[in-house]
Amino acid sequence: MSVPLLAPRETDASITDKVSAIVLERPTGRLWMVAFALSFVLTAWLGAGIVWLLARGVGIWGLDIPVAWAFAIADYVWWIAIGMAGTFISGGLYLARQGWRNALNRYAEAMTVFAVSVSGIFPILHLGRPWFFYWLAPYPDRMGVWPQWRSSLFWDFSAIVAYLIVSVLYFYVGLIPDLASLRDRATSRGKQLFYGLLAAGWRGEARHWQRFETLNLLLAAMAVPLVFSVHSMVALDFSEGLLPGWHSTIFPPFFVAGALFSGFGMVLVLGIPLRHYFGLGDFITERHITNLAKLMLAAGLFVDYSYASELFNAFYSGDRYEIAHAMQELTGAYAWVYWTIIGCNVVAIQAIWFERVRRSHAALFVIALLVLVGMWFERFELIVSSLYHDFLPSSWGMFYPTVWDIAFLAGSIGLFFLLFLLFVRLLPLLPMFELRKLRARLGREGA
Amino acid sequence: MSALHEQGWLARFEDAGTLLMAVRELRGRGYTQLEAYTPYPVEGLAPALGPMRNRIPLLVLLGGLAGGFGTLFLEWYASVIDYPVNVGGRPNASWPAFIPAALEMTILFAAVFGIAGMFFANGLPRLNHPLFDVPGFDAASRDGFFLWLRADDPCFDAALARDDLARLAPVAIDRVGP
Repeated sequence: MSVPLLAPRETDASITDKVSAIVLERPTGRLWMVAFALSFVLTAWLGAGIVWLLARGVGIWGLDIPVAWAFAIADYVWWIAIGMAGTFISGGLYLARQGWRNALNRYAEAMTVFAVSVSGIFPILHLGRPWFFYWLAPYPDRMGVWPQWRSSLFWDFSAIVAYLIVSVLYFYVGLIPDLASLRDRATSRGKQLFYGLLAAGWRGEARHWQRFETLNLLLAAMAVPLVFSVHSMVALDFSEGLLPGWHSTIFPPFFVAGALFSGFGMVLVLGIPLRHYFGLGDFITERHITNLAKLMLAAGLFVDYSYASELFNAFYSGDRYEIAHAMQELTGAYAWVYWTIIGCNVVAIQAIWFERVRRSHAALFVIALLVLVGMWFERFELIVSSLYHDFLPSSWGMFYPTVWDIAFLAGSIGLFFLLFLLFVRLLPLLPMFELRKLRARLGREGA
Repeated sequence: MSALHEQGWLARFEDAGTLLMAVRELRGRGYTQLEAYTPYPVEGLAPALGPMRNRIPLLVLLGGLAGGFGTLFLEWYASVIDYPVNVGGRPNASWPAFIPAALEMTILFAAVFGIAGMFFANGLPRLNHPLFDVPGFDAASRDGFFLWLRADDPCFDAALARDDLARLAPVAIDRVGP
C-alpha cells in the first residue's frame, strides 16, 4: 500500500481537534459566504417558483400534451439518484469492510439526506393539486378511498418515504458520538446547548458502543437493498408504461447503475473542493479520490453497456415502434441531447483509465461535473424522447422549457448547496469516532 | 444526594489496551459494577465488562416483520374486504403487486425499531449525568479511556476500591458523585 488511508502522524486527539475546529473555531470564510449568498439567491428563485406554481398550477411549466412529464420528473430522478451513492458508501462499503470509506461517509450521507429531501419536492409539486399529496398515503379517511396498491406510483411513494426517513435517521444516529465530541469541546453556552441536545447525552460507554455498532451494522445491511429497491421503483414507473423506449426490462438495473454513477460524480464534485478548502489531505487522501474515480468509471461502464443494450434490443426486437424510437433518439429533434449524453457519460469518463487523469484533481472534478450534466440530460431524454414521439404521428409534439422550468432546476441546485453549506458550518465534516477507530486498527496492523 | 449507583471512582487510562487489562483485573477481583468509556468502540471491552443484553437484532427483526406483514395485511384488507375493485378479472389479492410497498415498509419499520431500541436500551437521551461533573471527563469523546468503579458494587469500599484502582497505574483518579 503506497498511499496511506490516514496520515500516520494523526492521533486520536489530533483527529478530534482538527475536525471539530472546522466547526467550532474556524471563522466563516469569504468563499463560504459568497457560495452561501449565491445558493440563497437560487433558493429564493425556487421559492418564488413554488409560490407561483401554487397560485397558477403546473401550466407555468412548459408541459403540455403529449409531453406531460419533463423537467420536474427529470429533476426528481436526478436528485434521488445522487443520493444513492452516499448510502452505498456508508452501507455497502461498510459491509464490505472497506476502511477507506470512513473519511467519506459523513459528507456522503449528508449529500444523500439533502439530495433526497430536494428530490421529494418535485413529485409533490408535480401533482397538480400538491396540497393533497397526503392522499398518496394509506390513512383512514371519510372518503373511504385507498391508494392504488397495484400502481408503481404508489410503490414509488412508499420507496421515497422509506428512503427519506431511513437516511435521515441513519445520518443522525451516525452523528451522535461526534455530536458528543463537539458538545465536550464547545466553549460557548449556545453551542454547548445546541450540540448537547443533539448528542442526547452520549457518553461513549462500552456497552452503548456495542449496541450502537450492532445497530449500525444492521442499518447498513438494510440500506443496501433499500438503495437498490428505491431506484428500481423509480425505474418501474417508466417500464410499466407501454411507450416505446420505456417498456424495457433493463430499466431497474440500468437506473441503479446510473444512480451510483451520478452519485459518485457528486461525491467527487463536493469532496475535491472541500478537501482543498479545509486542508483535509490527511484524511481524504489520494487513495480516496482514486478509489472514487475508479468506482465512478465502473458504474459508468455499466451505464454505457445499458445504452448499447437499449439500441441493440430495439433493432433486435424488430418492433417498428422501438426501432422508430431508437432512430428518433439518434437523429430526431432531441438528438443533440442524446449526443451530449454520449459525450459526457461515455466518452469523457474513458479518460479515467489513465493514471495521470486519476491523479489530477482538476481533471476528475471536470469529469465528475460532466457526468452530472450528462446524467441530468439522460433523465430528460429518457422522459421526453418517449413522450414526444409515440405510436401515432397525430399525437407528436415538442417540449419547450419555460423560465420556471429553469427556475426549479437551478433553484433545487441552490437549495441543495444551501443545505450542504450549512452542514459544513454546523456539523462535523468527517466521522471523528470512525477515524479514531480506523487509526487504532491501522496502528494494530502496522505493529 | 444521588444514589449509590451514581457514585464511585473514575480512573483514566493511557490507552485502550491498559483499560482493557484494568477491566479484566478488576473483574478478576470480583467487581461487577464497572463501566468503561472510550472515544471509539473498543473490541472486546463490552464482553470484558460482564454479560450484557443486546436485543437490537431481535428488535430489528420484529420491526421488519411488523412493517412487512402489516403492510401486506393492509393491502389485502383494503383490496379484498373494504374496497374490492374488479380490474379486468384479475384477483383482488394480487400479492405480487403488494410486495414492493411491503418491502419498503419492512426496511423502514426495522430501522425505526432498531434505532428506538438503541436509544431505550442505552438509557438515552439523558442529558444530565454525574459523570459530566467530573473534571476531565470530556476527554472521553476525544482521546480519554475511563473506567468507572460504581459505588453500588457489592465489593465496593471507598478507600479499598481507590487503592485497587491506583495499583493499575491509571493516569488519574477522580471521585464521581458528591
